[in-house]
Amino acid sequence: MSAHTQTTTQMAQALQKGSPTIVVGNFSKNYGAHRVVDHLSFSVQPGEVFALLGPNGAGKTTTVETLEGYRAPDEGSIRVLGLDPIRQAQQLKPRIGVMLQQDGLYPALTAREVLRLFAGYYAHPQSVDALLERVGLTAASKTRCRRLSGGQKRRLALAVALIGNPELVFLDEPTAGMDPQARQTTWEIIRELKRSGVTILLTTHLMDEAERLSDQVAIIDHGQLIALDTPENLTGAKNANIVRFVAPEGLDCQQLAALPGVKKAEEVRAGSYVLESDTIPTLLVDLTTWLRDRNVTLSELRVGHGSLEDLFLRLTGSEVRD
Amino acid sequence: MATNTSLTTAEMSSKNTPASAGRQILKQTQFELLLTSRRGENILVTLIIPIMLLIFFASLKVIPAPKGGSAATELLPGILAIAIIAAGMVNLGIATAYERHYGVLKRLGSSPLSRSGLISAKIISILALEIVQVVLLIIVAIAFYGWRPVGSLPIALLALLLGTVTFSALGLAMAGGLRAEMTLAGANALFLVFILLGGGILPLDHLPAPIAALAQLLPAAALTQALQQTMIADQPFPTYPLLLLALWAIIILFVAIRTFKWE
Repeated sequence: MSAHTQTTTQMAQALQKGSPTIVVGNFSKNYGAHRVVDHLSFSVQPGEVFALLGPNGAGKTTTVETLEGYRAPDEGSIRVLGLDPIRQAQQLKPRIGVMLQQDGLYPALTAREVLRLFAGYYAHPQSVDALLERVGLTAASKTRCRRLSGGQKRRLALAVALIGNPELVFLDEPTAGMDPQARQTTWEIIRELKRSGVTILLTTHLMDEAERLSDQVAIIDHGQLIALDTPENLTGAKNANIVRFVAPEGLDCQQLAALPGVKKAEEVRAGSYVLESDTIPTLLVDLTTWLRDRNVTLSELRVGHGSLEDLFLRLTGSEVRD
Repeated sequence: MATNTSLTTAEMSSKNTPASAGRQILKQTQFELLLTSRRGENILVTLIIPIMLLIFFASLKVIPAPKGGSAATELLPGILAIAIIAAGMVNLGIATAYERHYGVLKRLGSSPLSRSGLISAKIISILALEIVQVVLLIIVAIAFYGWRPVGSLPIALLALLLGTVTFSALGLAMAGGLRAEMTLAGANALFLVFILLGGGILPLDHLPAPIAALAQLLPAAALTQALQQTMIADQPFPTYPLLLLALWAIIILFVAIRTFKWE
């Protein structure tokens, strides 16, 4: 999958649809001698949920913070809502909502007070109480931020990002530190925002988060774009030709590959196997027979497309580092 | 009030206009003051310690009162200087250092509130705090020690203003350049040094000559002497202390601007 070709396709789409919300062209950034972002190009269309996916240290935060106007690119050009994020910051800031990796909340203010303060920066902010309810913090509205849990702080930071009715929202690792229920709530809010026409750029190192939420996923590693497409295309969801199963480690992959119709057999992690075949129904019969003959017990069997995790592994040769 | 969660993009572009700069600064000032009032240790340093120092030393009569005057006449200028140092250097410095530490300053950086708006709000809230300090100290001086105003009010205000700039900039320079813990320790240590070497409680000529000579050059002594020579009768015009203070204000402001980091 060539990143360059993908970018060109995107640019062509952009020209058809009108001006993109974000355009990043050949953007590079160095910290000292270390290059953290390396000739990155992508664009985000209005109303799209765009995920920057990659391991920690891949350059996601540097990219997002450059789009937010916190740092200047060393090379390349950046346009956000048609504006230069540094030179036209005063025009840009009221139109964007920002959730940084660090929540940036006043520890001595209550959740409600923080929202009231940020609401005061806008002429027509959202209702503080409605927003508190939306992020599930009504009961904690009178709690000082220093006493909120990590997940509660994250949800408050999300509410702060939304208080000014932004057209474009940047979410840097929005669900980090959240429990599963809070994560669901956050995903639901992101889907709602999308339905109401808000453009969203999020970073994550969670594969399922990127897969579930986004229209476009850019996979970056070591500051370089290594894949850019819809989650469906990236994972090959349209042609389900993958069987994944979990069994004791050390099964003979050569024998598995020799089963009828199997194009590829791999133990991707210890005890986690992936088979590729165009004749899945036959393969299932053959596979279970093969396993029964060897007295091997399956603990999981899934038919379908590869996950982003598999793709990431294939593209970078490493697992997403947490 | 209805929620705005189902707005279209067109509706939204009119919905996300910023408040006017004035309203933003007003809101920020309101919360700066709320935060100041919630920092118990700051109330101690900015209000209680100066008042206690005034009451303690004025009652002890360790410092000879001028004939017919009150002990507070000699003491009040130095105590006012200590109050200004506490408000600017200790209170503003430590609070700002922790706002940087918690990422609050960074978060504000992508909000519609401009940096000049934030700084304006901080200046207004420091001035408001100083008005409370000065009024309380003068009430105590008048009520308990029969203090009567003498000297020139405009020059006293000028000295207070220069002192505010100097010590607020010093607090911000520490907050912007040092880690929060270092600012906390440094601002408190320096506060003690300025109380001891400011000449407001302990006259500088009681100190060993080399230390007194050094103390003479510090901004604390400059502010104290500028106020003493304005607020005590029959003193020469405080040309030298005001010039020295102005010089410190310029130097520290320059350092603060050069070293301040928002992240």
